[in-house]
Amino acid sequence: MDNMTFGLTMLVVGMGGTLLTLWVMSLIMSGLKKVFPYKEEEKKAE
Amino acid sequence: MGNAIASGLSGLIAGVQHLHWSNPIMIALGCVLLYLGIKKDFEPLLLVPIGFGCILVNIPLADLMEPDGFLRIIYDAGIRTELFPLLIFVGIGAMTDFSPLLEDPRTFLLGAAGQCGIFLTLILALSLGFSKLDAVAVGIIGACDGPTAIYVTSKYAPHLLGAVSVAAYSYMSLVPVIQPPIMRWLTTEKEKVIVMGVATTRTVSPTTKILFPLVITVVGGLIAPKGLPLFGSIMLGNFLRECGAVGRLSKTAENEIANIVTLLLGICIGATMSGVQFVKLQTLIILALGFVAICLDTVCGILFGKILKVLSGGRVNPLIGAAGISAFPMSARVVQREGFKYNNRNYLLMHAMGANAGGQVGSVMAAAVMLSVLKGMGII
Repeated sequence: MDNMTFGLTMLVVGMGGTLLTLWVMSLIMSGLKKVFPYKEEEKKAE
Repeated sequence: MGNAIASGLSGLIAGVQHLHWSNPIMIALGCVLLYLGIKKDFEPLLLVPIGFGCILVNIPLADLMEPDGFLRIIYDAGIRTELFPLLIFVGIGAMTDFSPLLEDPRTFLLGAAGQCGIFLTLILALSLGFSKLDAVAVGIIGACDGPTAIYVTSKYAPHLLGAVSVAAYSYMSLVPVIQPPIMRWLTTEKEKVIVMGVATTRTVSPTTKILFPLVITVVGGLIAPKGLPLFGSIMLGNFLRECGAVGRLSKTAENEIANIVTLLLGICIGATMSGVQFVKLQTLIILALGFVAICLDTVCGILFGKILKVLSGGRVNPLIGAAGISAFPMSARVVQREGFKYNNRNYLLMHAMGANAGGQVGSVMAAAVMLSVLKGMGII
């Protein structure tokens, strides 16, 4: 594989993969925030 | 007798006789790093041991990096095995509060955009004639994350470790100098004064905080298994912090382990800076590309901030995009300072902290994805 093909593949797949992974994580964390909402008594327990 | 005295004296001047022209330059560079760390407060915990290690390794005939030399033993134990950067990550995880990120999970995406410099710099390095793996090591400076840069470089381009590490840590400490001009150029006066409202970390439950490191580890590990050591160690540290059951381990990770490993890591990086290997054109090119990488991170972060501004109906200040890098919390403070300069009722700090924490996760995740893609392509 020549260098330019390699570089462009890394840009597209690498950057795309990073964005996709973090987007999935943001969705999961948003979901978890809804499933386990903050309650005032938890603050006292902390 | 006379011969014996002459032989003995020759032993005392052998060090001077074997001095390579590049050694005094490197000793001077070591002193500059010490000066920057001590007087200018630029990452002193790292620049001081790096500077001292650099001086040590440039004194001829001491053989500190030869087999059985004490720096070689530390290097082989901690850098060659990739142990030190991972232990540092356990400490960083234990030190970091990810609540601002969890408060607004959208900021994960700013942390991703802030890694664009890695991949663009990789292409630049390739176009300048670097080999594929060398270009990966140079590009990773754009992660703006010392341990990540050391982990990747020591594994795939160990001969570049000195230059890449110095670039990564130097530019991280120069974030308050590098970022503001780019932030000013890329944002309009209207955008600079956008008020994002009060942000708190009060809506994140302890359960969510405990689940966060587990989710990142499992999801990240399934997508990018080659990078699991990187984010697995940072998330282990964070889990120790958040679970609340192992306070002693958490404190040990963020204090004793982080401090000891920082010292050993710094001195080992310095030890890779021997004049013969370091003083060459390639080092200057790597330093220049590292600078470009961090500028590109900032540019892409702000541009992504502009996209979020449009998608949110103008409620996101694009300046916070600049904080989507791993220099935590320095970059968030820079954003706060710039935003406050244009509107003294604007408190962007907590929003920027979210992006900055996203940048921390983003940098290790970008490196992890990169390694897994390289593995998939059969390059590593």
